[in-house]
Amino acid sequence: MPDTWITDEMRAAIGGQHSDRTSMPISVSDIRKWAQAVYYPEAPPREYWDEEFAATTSSSGGIVAPEEFNPFAWMTAAGPPSRESLGQGASTTERRLGVAPPATSNMLNGGISVEYTGVRMRPGDVIRSVTSLVDYSERPGRLGLMLFTTTEDRWTNQDGELIKIQRAVLIRY
Amino acid sequence: MDVEVGRELPPFVREAGFEAWNRYAAVNDEFVPIHMDDTAGRAAGYSGAFGMGNLQWAYMHCLLREWLAGTNGRIVTLNCQFRQASEQHHTVSAKAVVTAVREEDGERIVELDVWTEIEDGTKLAPGSATVAIPTT
Repeated sequence: MPDTWITDEMRAAIGGQHSDRTSMPISVSDIRKWAQAVYYPEAPPREYWDEEFAATTSSSGGIVAPEEFNPFAWMTAAGPPSRESLGQGASTTERRLGVAPPATSNMLNGGISVEYTGVRMRPGDVIRSVTSLVDYSERPGRLGLMLFTTTEDRWTNQDGELIKIQRAVLIRY
Repeated sequence: MDVEVGRELPPFVREAGFEAWNRYAAVNDEFVPIHMDDTAGRAAGYSGAFGMGNLQWAYMHCLLREWLAGTNGRIVTLNCQFRQASEQHHTVSAKAVVTAVREEDGERIVELDVWTEIEDGTKLAPGSATVAIPTT
C-alpha cells in the first residue's frame, strides 16, 4: 500500500477547471428513453413521454427532463469522444488538468450532493457544464489506501440560467 | 398534503440486475466493466458485477417525485454516500422519512432522511434531501 496517492503536482491542481462541456440540444426522445430506463420495469410517468398530456396537465407547461437527467451521455456538441479519451475513466480529471494520474487500479462512485435552482431542462435546451477539482483526500480502507476526489459541476442553460450545482466524490484504490 | 415529522414516504422499489443496469448504461453511457462483467466486479472486491451508484441516485429522485406528484413541489437539495453496491437479484428500495418541516416564503420546506436499502435492511446509500411544496 503506498503512503499516499496524492503527488505535489496533483495538490497544485486543486481548484483547477478541468472540463467545459456543451451538450447537444436535448430531444424529447432523450427524455423519454431516460425515464423508461430509470422507471424500468414500470412505465414512466406520462408527463415524460406524452407532449400533449404534459402541456395540459403539468405545472411546467410541457415536458421537462427528470432532475437527474444527463444530457452529456454519448456525445457533446464537440462530437464523439476521441479514441484516445475512451477508457481513461478514472484518470480523466488528472489528464485534463495536465497532471500525471495516480497509479490506482479501481474506482467507485463515492457520493453525490446537488442543489437544484428550480430551472428545469426542457426539449431544445443546450446545457453547459463546467467542472472543477475541489479537493483530494485519502484514508485506509479494507481494499487499501483509498483516494477521494471531489469535483464540482455547475450546469447552465442556453440563457445562462443556473440549473444545478453538483458535487461528486470519486473513490480510487 | 399532510406532512409531519416522522412520516415515511411510500418506497420506490426495483429489482437489481442486468436488465435494469443495461438500460441505465444505455441512456447514461455508463458501460463500465464493473457493472457489466462479473470478473471485473470480483476484481474490484465484490461477488460479481454490481449496480451503478447513479441508478440508486435516480431511484431517490423517483421516490421524491412520486411523493411530490400533484403538489407542484420541487426537489431543492439531495445528497447521498454510496457505501454499498446493489448486486444481482437484490431488491433495492429507495425510502425516506420526514425529519423537519417549516414554512418559508409561501412554501413548506421539508427535510428528509433519504436512503436506499436491500431486502435485509442493509442501507446502501444513506443521504438527505430538502423539498419545497407551495402552500397556496
